[in-house]
Amino acid sequence: MYDYGFFSYDSKEDMLERSRAFWNPDKTDFWQDAGIDLVIDRREGYLFWDMAGRRLIDLHLNGGTYNLGHRNPELIATLEQAMQHFDIGNHHFPALARTALAEALVKTASPNMRRVIYGSGGGEAVDIALKTARHTKQRRKIVSIIKAYHGHTGVAVGTGDERFSKLFLSDHPDEFVQVPFNDLNAMEDALRGRDVAGVIMETIPATYGFPLPEPGYLQAVKRLCEEYDTLYIADEVQTGLMRTGEMWGISKAGVEPDIMVIGKGITGGMYPIACVVVSEECSAWLKEDGFGHISTGGGGELGCVVSLKVLEICGRPEVRSMVHYIAERFQQGLRQIQEIYPDWFIGIRQDGVVMGLEFNHPTGAKIVMKHLYAHGVWAIFSTLDPRILQFKPGILLSPELVDEILDRTEVAIGKAYAEFKAGSRQAVTA
Amino acid sequence: MTVIEIDRREPPGAARAAMMLQRAHWAAELFARYDIERVRRILDAVAQAAEAHAERYAEWAVEETGMGVVEHKVIKNVACSRDLWARYRDHDYVSPRTLDDDKVLELPRPAGVVFALTPTTNPIATTYFKVLLALMTRNAIVVSPHPGAKAVCADAVRVLSDAAVQAGAPDGCIQVVEEPSIPLIEALMTDQTTDVIVATGGNAVVRAAYRSGNPAIGVGPGNVPSFLDATADIPAAARLIVESKSFDNSILCTNESAVIVEEEAADQLVRELGRAGAHVCSPEEVELVRERLFPEGRMRLDLIGKDATVLAEEAGLKVAPTTRVIVAPFSLVVPEEPLAREKLFPVLGLVRVPNTRAGISAAQAMLRITGAGHSASIHSTRAQTIMEYGAAVKVLRVSVNVGNSLGSAGVLTNLAPTMTIGTGFYGRSSLGENLEPRHLVNWTRVAYNADRSVPFDDFAGMQPWRLDAVRHASAPAPAAEAAPAVETDLLREEVRRLILEELKELTRQ
Ligand SMILES: Cc1ncc(COP(=O)(O)O)c(C=O)c1O
Repeated sequence: MYDYGFFSYDSKEDMLERSRAFWNPDKTDFWQDAGIDLVIDRREGYLFWDMAGRRLIDLHLNGGTYNLGHRNPELIATLEQAMQHFDIGNHHFPALARTALAEALVKTASPNMRRVIYGSGGGEAVDIALKTARHTKQRRKIVSIIKAYHGHTGVAVGTGDERFSKLFLSDHPDEFVQVPFNDLNAMEDALRGRDVAGVIMETIPATYGFPLPEPGYLQAVKRLCEEYDTLYIADEVQTGLMRTGEMWGISKAGVEPDIMVIGKGITGGMYPIACVVVSEECSAWLKEDGFGHISTGGGGELGCVVSLKVLEICGRPEVRSMVHYIAERFQQGLRQIQEIYPDWFIGIRQDGVVMGLEFNHPTGAKIVMKHLYAHGVWAIFSTLDPRILQFKPGILLSPELVDEILDRTEVAIGKAYAEFKAGSRQAVTA
Repeated sequence: MTVIEIDRREPPGAARAAMMLQRAHWAAELFARYDIERVRRILDAVAQAAEAHAERYAEWAVEETGMGVVEHKVIKNVACSRDLWARYRDHDYVSPRTLDDDKVLELPRPAGVVFALTPTTNPIATTYFKVLLALMTRNAIVVSPHPGAKAVCADAVRVLSDAAVQAGAPDGCIQVVEEPSIPLIEALMTDQTTDVIVATGGNAVVRAAYRSGNPAIGVGPGNVPSFLDATADIPAAARLIVESKSFDNSILCTNESAVIVEEEAADQLVRELGRAGAHVCSPEEVELVRERLFPEGRMRLDLIGKDATVLAEEAGLKVAPTTRVIVAPFSLVVPEEPLAREKLFPVLGLVRVPNTRAGISAAQAMLRITGAGHSASIHSTRAQTIMEYGAAVKVLRVSVNVGNSLGSAGVLTNLAPTMTIGTGFYGRSSLGENLEPRHLVNWTRVAYNADRSVPFDDFAGMQPWRLDAVRHASAPAPAAEAAPAVETDLLREEVRRLILEELKELTRQ
């Protein structure tokens, strides 16, 4: 009997059964089939425990949501305090916490940024960004990157893989153009008609396995946007908040976007909100019809107070210093592991603590994920390129935990390698 | 108007400060792999930066704390930067060493993160001292200055940190708590990331350090008896005592608290003290001193480190404007006598005793009241007396025929120069010596079989730690840093080749 106070389950099996029955049968089974029988129970710092009591180190962090750790004590204290005075507020009125956070965000962003629009999640924020671009340029077309992921809400879903838009008959191929990452010619071809409202890009595409932008690529895209009169929309949902060693990955790349989307980690998984930071040009609808986008939970003020704290923490010099140490330690440690398995572990993509590990098999990362899980580490493969394991450590890790992660990773990669070898021998003999 | 009163369960700044410790921990991990050349380069730079700012910070410290004498603080600041480094530059707390006869290899292991508390009385000298000691032993250090001197200390730490990082030290290896408070300090002392606390300050802070559950080096208060027997060179002794007692207006904890003089030499001493710049009080004046400088038997804290003329005015004494020390004779060393206790301003007690035995007893009595384990001084030319005195007084250092302020601090003697005087078991401390670099490093002892037939190995020329390319969050590494890696790179290549071959073998089966 697992009694959680608010609800209870007889056993883990019972829980999974009810998950299939009342929640999501396919998703529930997907993980069981992949060898990941995880039901997350207690969480703390960069650790969580499965229902069965197994301790896991979180290297997924829900794409950076737990950048500062699960249930970060500073954020818990902030939220508890905020609840003594605030709730989500009223989205129609000038709001204390929404305004305070907006001002703080604008200060961290590039100098051309002026205002903030709120959503309740990343997808909604991307919708807002795309709608804003369409209003600003009075055009429908949006350019994104093949295999991009910007969320599954109404507009955002069109920018991603058609697997998710076709499912709901929501694909609009005439309005959404996709080009390969790091391909400037394709980008220029897409923009040449001057009929594009905006280009949306993650600074380093997460779900695609964090392929690093080639030097100069992002800046060149920005120049093309200027040349062909379109907007640059930076999706900083996973690359923001110090994960690249700077507050925003796009600022590190030296690009001034017209619109910047922020989600996930901005509330540390405490009380979700998402934010869209826009330039003066992109603020037009906020002056013309401020009710243009309405979201009751968007910018819920409890979330705004937590976000202010997150920004303050991320801005500390101690954090900047630690991100560099952590990134460096991982770089060295992973290289050493790579030297042992050079024909299996074939690539390390890294910018700060944003990392993708590349394996020499079309679904290599799934094998590694399974063995990592068996060895106490939770990291997820890249949905849209399963050769790549997303390796996303937190920015407040201690040296001890980093070393422990590297030890576990080395063993898991070795085991995955053995499985891969056995598999390819089987394939040969079959 | 305050709408929401933030109710803080933890002291303001605690989370941020804990983060400083964590950053220091990262820095310490890297620092522990530095070799002696790198460490020396860093200390050359830091000692130089510290010395260059010695005067500025001396002025600033006097201004901020209202204590002490600028020119004396300059002397201490230089002593704790240039001189300290000169003294230890040839020492090595970094390289492995072997005891060939014992067949033991010794590897230095830094503490890690030093949490250093510095006092308001000697803010800069102590900060310099602890930072230099930490660097010599490859420790990261977080300095928590006394709130009364926080601005000058924070500035000094930043200057030292910049100099260190520029000379190649790991980013974050020297940090400062800018807004110290008692609850914040308690939180940091008990933090698991703190590897050792080095506490210089009041008794409360030192006791808290020992209560923290973390390793701690804290030292007790002083109350220095200075015994003069009839064989002493009285004029010289009087000069030295006035020098020492007026040095930085008595805010070194090694300053003389009371002179105990053999009756035979007493009158001469009183004359010579006067000649050396002291004002010797009449019995009526002593009453005024007790009443006004020690109301209810306690030293007035607001007068710590003030000039003798200021004290005279407070006490209502008429003294010459050149007066440097106020001498207050008293007859009995007992707990209720305030003049028999530590005095962190230039008021010096004076007790006459009939003979050496009585003098030693009086010194013992002073240390029963307070100051056990700290320091004592003697002026004598009779070796037997010096030895008996040393064996009788409950202190762990006795300076002979020198001023004690700088004598017991190791500046005028060959004791280790220090700003932290270990008071040992007598003084409820884990440290019985003057704090020096070796106290911040442990050694791993790699010991071979004692059997003579088992040979020892030759470790000459080997490096125990590899330093992979060092980069910094705030400053790029100098290009020269990459150079010494060649050999190890070759080794790595070799290892890599072997592993590859092994793997090939495996996969061929
Ligand atoms: C880059 C990026 N943008 C947008 C989103 C959508 O965020 P949400 O899931 O909060 O709607 C995600 C979520 O994974 C993301 O990774």
